Amino acid sequence: MKRCVQVLNETLHELFVERDDVVLLGEDVLDPYGGAFKVTQGLSDAHPDRVYTTPISEASLFGVAAGMALRGQRPILEIMFGDFIALGMDQIVNGIAKFREMYDDQVTVPLVVRTPMGGRRGYGPTHSQSLEKLLLGVPNVVVVAASECHDLRGLLTNAVEDERPVFLIENKLMYGRPNRRPDDGHVGELAVRETGTRYPALTFSGTDFSEGSVTVVTYGGMLPVALEAVTELIIEHEIFCEVVALSQLVPMELEPVFESLARTGALVTAEEGTLTGGFGAEIAARVQEAVWSDLRGPVQRVAARDGIIPSARPLEDEMLPSVADVIEAILVLEGVRS
Amino acid sequence: MFFIRRFEESLLDLFSQGKLVGTTHTYIGQEANGVGIVDHLDPEVDTIFSNHRCHGHYLAFTDDAYGLLCEVMGRADGVCGGKGGSQHLCKGNFYSNGVLGSIVPVATGIALAEKRKGTGAVSTVFLGDGTLGEGVTYESLNLASLWRLPVLFVVENNHYAQSTPVELELAGSIPARAAAFGIETHELATTDVEEIHQAAGRVVARIRDTGEPFFLVLDTYRFSPHSKGDDNRDPAEIEERRERDPLKVGERLEEGERRAIEERCEARLAATIAAAEDAPAAISESEAA
Repeated sequence: MKRCVQVLNETLHELFVERDDVVLLGEDVLDPYGGAFKVTQGLSDAHPDRVYTTPISEASLFGVAAGMALRGQRPILEIMFGDFIALGMDQIVNGIAKFREMYDDQVTVPLVVRTPMGGRRGYGPTHSQSLEKLLLGVPNVVVVAASECHDLRGLLTNAVEDERPVFLIENKLMYGRPNRRPDDGHVGELAVRETGTRYPALTFSGTDFSEGSVTVVTYGGMLPVALEAVTELIIEHEIFCEVVALSQLVPMELEPVFESLARTGALVTAEEGTLTGGFGAEIAARVQEAVWSDLRGPVQRVAARDGIIPSARPLEDEMLPSVADVIEAILVLEGVRS
Repeated sequence: MFFIRRFEESLLDLFSQGKLVGTTHTYIGQEANGVGIVDHLDPEVDTIFSNHRCHGHYLAFTDDAYGLLCEVMGRADGVCGGKGGSQHLCKGNFYSNGVLGSIVPVATGIALAEKRKGTGAVSTVFLGDGTLGEGVTYESLNLASLWRLPVLFVVENNHYAQSTPVELELAGSIPARAAAFGIETHELATTDVEEIHQAAGRVVARIRDTGEPFFLVLDTYRFSPHSKGDDNRDPAEIEERRERDPLKVGERLEEGERRAIEERCEARLAATIAAAEDAPAAISESEAA
């Protein structure tokens, strides 16, 4: 089984061969270094005139990519750490997200921003965050979260072919892990269904979708945490949950969550970003609007504490949401805990 | 220049009559810059990224007075369907946006794309003295020089960032800012459109020849307020600058010829305003359905 970084790297190579309009910009992306997380390895050797190693100028690079996209290119912008999207927020909010609609559909901005988010590597407060939630309130962008069980080749290819600006959120721990695609409809012992959408959602069930206690909706680097939690509940408590792993976070499409809730009637949201104003908050709001009477308890949110991510590993572990936190939230809904 | 002047004056009139909403930033007093430079650009090939004070650049590049007026008046025939308004325009190879500095990296990216495509396009971006306070401007100068991109950076130094005089917002030298990045610069202290036109011709030819960026600094002045009524400048200062009004300096036209041009402009403007006032208002798609 290929590691996730290898799948992404191979896909970039394929896209560069298939499309002349694809270029890549980013810091330290040239060979032999090949990017801080090695996703671009070999690309500049193969296509020296289409891979631009850049100054450390993220605030401008978002705008440069936007300018290229306005003029018919398909730029892929690699931002070394997801934390640095903060530097580009003016370009994102006041340019990239606006050009198409405010110019009355005369233009499109088909760019892809690839960036890794997430902690658990001890990188500390400014290199460990999950800041994709900052894009949740920005109309007209697409935010896609990759996970180790998603079709990474499909996600990246569809992002490049999308006429809209797409932020592909990768994950630092995911890179080194195997891309665990469903095999004969299963990942491990869990049955898996995948939507046919451009950026699919995966739903995992321990009972082949016949019944379920609680739905856990999650994405990205929290997927393996959620899967470990539901697997442990099956073994330890004989509680059978479903996990919905979204890839398209913005604009939010929750149809797979509603389908799962029809079988379970209770929802836990699990994300690695901080709690307040996060995806869990938006999902909870939409779920209660749509299926309030079908819920048997309040939506439980699992997220990082509202604070910084410390460098020291025990402190970081305490800050970030864990398997135990997901289990705890499920047990609250099951009435086992209060 | 006269048409731009009268167009902008008419906008201020329409505002005072309550026929326009939102805001506008007029180009009154700076017309020679836009006209002198844009004449060297090919709207089919070259691109412009302008700022909040974009009407003069837009009119000189596109000659689309009706689309602009409808846009500012919130009419369905506006060049962006009324969605953009005064400072968010797009037509063909012309773009503008309303956040200072924000446009500079985008213009740089446009130049990179056009260079890659081999179109020979020059990407012109209009800055002001106020824009020089924004950090991305310098990142873009660095990138344009480093990657040898055909960007024409035009600084229209009108000496005020909204209400703040340049002395309170800028340290050091303006041209030295670009020179430090190895970008060729030229500074021009004139409001004579012929002089600006000649200098700009040399500059654009230089960019087409070398494919490299150029930084053109123009000393200018706006007679109108920053937007509408917000003007605290000393009237004596404005009067002193009016002596160098680009419509009056170096006047070369015969009286009869000048009058004929002015009459043509007035007639066109009156017709444009009448047509825009008759045009349907921009309405949402749900209302239209």
